[in-house]
Amino acid sequence: MRLAARGAAAALGAGALLLPLVVDPSILNVGVLTLMYVGLATAWNIIGGYTGYISLGHAGFFGIGAYALGLVVGHLGVPGGYGPLLLVPLAGAITAAAALPVGWIALRTRAATFVIVTIAFMFMLQILATNLRGLTGGSQGLGYPVPQGWGPDFVDVPFYYAMLALAALALGVSWWVRRSKLGLGLLAIRDDEDRASALGVRARAFKMTAFVVSAALVGMIGGVYGYYVTYVYPQFVIDPLIGISMVLMAFLGGAGTLAGPVLGALLLEPAQLELAYSFGSARLYLVLYAAVFLVVILLLPRGIVPSLVDRLPHSPLEEGRGGGNPDGPA
Amino acid sequence: MALLELRAVAKRFGGVVAVEDCSLAVAEGTVTGLIGPNGSGKTTLFDLVTGFQAPDAGAVTFRGRSIIGLAPDRVHRLGIGRTFQLARVFPRLTALENLLVPVPRRGLLGLLAGARTAGEERRAREMLDFLGLAALAGQLAGRLSFGQRKLLELGAVMMARPDLVLLDEPAGGVNPGLLESIAAAIRELNGRGVTFLIVEHNMGFVMDLCDPVVVLDRGRPIASGPPAEVRADPAVLDAYLGA
Repeated sequence: MRLAARGAAAALGAGALLLPLVVDPSILNVGVLTLMYVGLATAWNIIGGYTGYISLGHAGFFGIGAYALGLVVGHLGVPGGYGPLLLVPLAGAITAAAALPVGWIALRTRAATFVIVTIAFMFMLQILATNLRGLTGGSQGLGYPVPQGWGPDFVDVPFYYAMLALAALALGVSWWVRRSKLGLGLLAIRDDEDRASALGVRARAFKMTAFVVSAALVGMIGGVYGYYVTYVYPQFVIDPLIGISMVLMAFLGGAGTLAGPVLGALLLEPAQLELAYSFGSARLYLVLYAAVFLVVILLLPRGIVPSLVDRLPHSPLEEGRGGGNPDGPA
Repeated sequence: MALLELRAVAKRFGGVVAVEDCSLAVAEGTVTGLIGPNGSGKTTLFDLVTGFQAPDAGAVTFRGRSIIGLAPDRVHRLGIGRTFQLARVFPRLTALENLLVPVPRRGLLGLLAGARTAGEERRAREMLDFLGLAALAGQLAGRLSFGQRKLLELGAVMMARPDLVLLDEPAGGVNPGLLESIAAAIRELNGRGVTFLIVEHNMGFVMDLCDPVVVLDRGRPIASGPPAEVRADPAVLDAYLGA
């Protein structure tokens, strides 16, 4: 079982590395956006899946990353090319710094209240981004330098590999967290926070760490996206649909598992893009989202990966870490 | 000096008086029973000791040091463990992982290291063996029976090697076979030097296991002493046992 999973992961990784060499450059943007959501859903899973704190406001951190990188690049006068991509970690650091006060407030609440606080944060940020014209350009948007010399057949390739690197980073961090003592504490908090505290788990510090790490990863991905689209507007980068998409993908694949968010993103994002391309601006993919949401709630409350794991012969000892829930929905 | 001491502790929830002018001491090495009718403030007292609630008045000391205002995890690190009324485990973790959660680690590097060292896992398996749950190590805790969860909860508390353990109704809803296992585990751990404060409604369990016994009524102690003495106390008979 474990060997098969490793083999599948290696094949997937090799396939992802080689994809730009074999697909038509005109459709590589599907790969860019799919990898973006692999990273986003995986990063969200660290706080939402492992810790059980369902943030619907992570699009706010995505937007902070997008604006932060644009502002840094503009301030430093970095020309288009690889330079802005090298500054992506700075966008992550700025997003992490912004996540500290947000987490300090939001993580004092739990369950539905936490969800509402994170949504409120995202909309406040959107309003701020619209109104702080001197900083963000307001509704006029904030421009990135356009890469010079990257032809139409090549322009997606650097962004593809940047997104691939960030997705791999998010997966690496998620894997590390999950196998660590920190991760065990997060899973305990997810199951019963009061009892975890009574057993010595520093719940506030653990949650804060998960929240900030998750936000920083999302912020870095937001930075690359901002550069990819070259112009960022409040309603496009602080978009509730981005936040909902990463959550839905994680739940579809299996929140609280390592592979679940990856699977969810690989299934949902290409389907969403296909609908968007086929039906133009009708936003029919929202209907798909609603349908997927209903299917997940009704048929796969724990997501695909935990449901599959239950049907395969496996070591029961490994089962517990994956978010398998004998009592109901994850 | 008592291991745990409460002096004139009071706690109100709005107009409801949960605990009032409550003073009691738990001596080191004892298994102290805390009994009383429903709503007499027993669980609130546990919450006050373990940092889940802050008292409105009075003092709570552990080894002579005030523990008022400390968060539950800090109280735990001082050496006080507790269980909850309804056999709370981490249902989506295995029995083994449930025992690994409370094992303390030092520093950031300790938290970032693997969830289990070989030594920690060996200790957890020994604890499962001691509790008679060795065969269930890989089982999700949520799939265990109620009594097995009670045992696992006790085991988890013991993994941090506490000096004082507060058990909230360890016998509640447990079948007679497992009840004896729980009592035997408590006796064995007490023999190793662990002090217990036990809230329990099962009088046979309390009278067999605990000495002294403290009786709480309407948030304040009305009697305390050896089980036989408490059992014969007219105030206790009137408030609780005589019913």
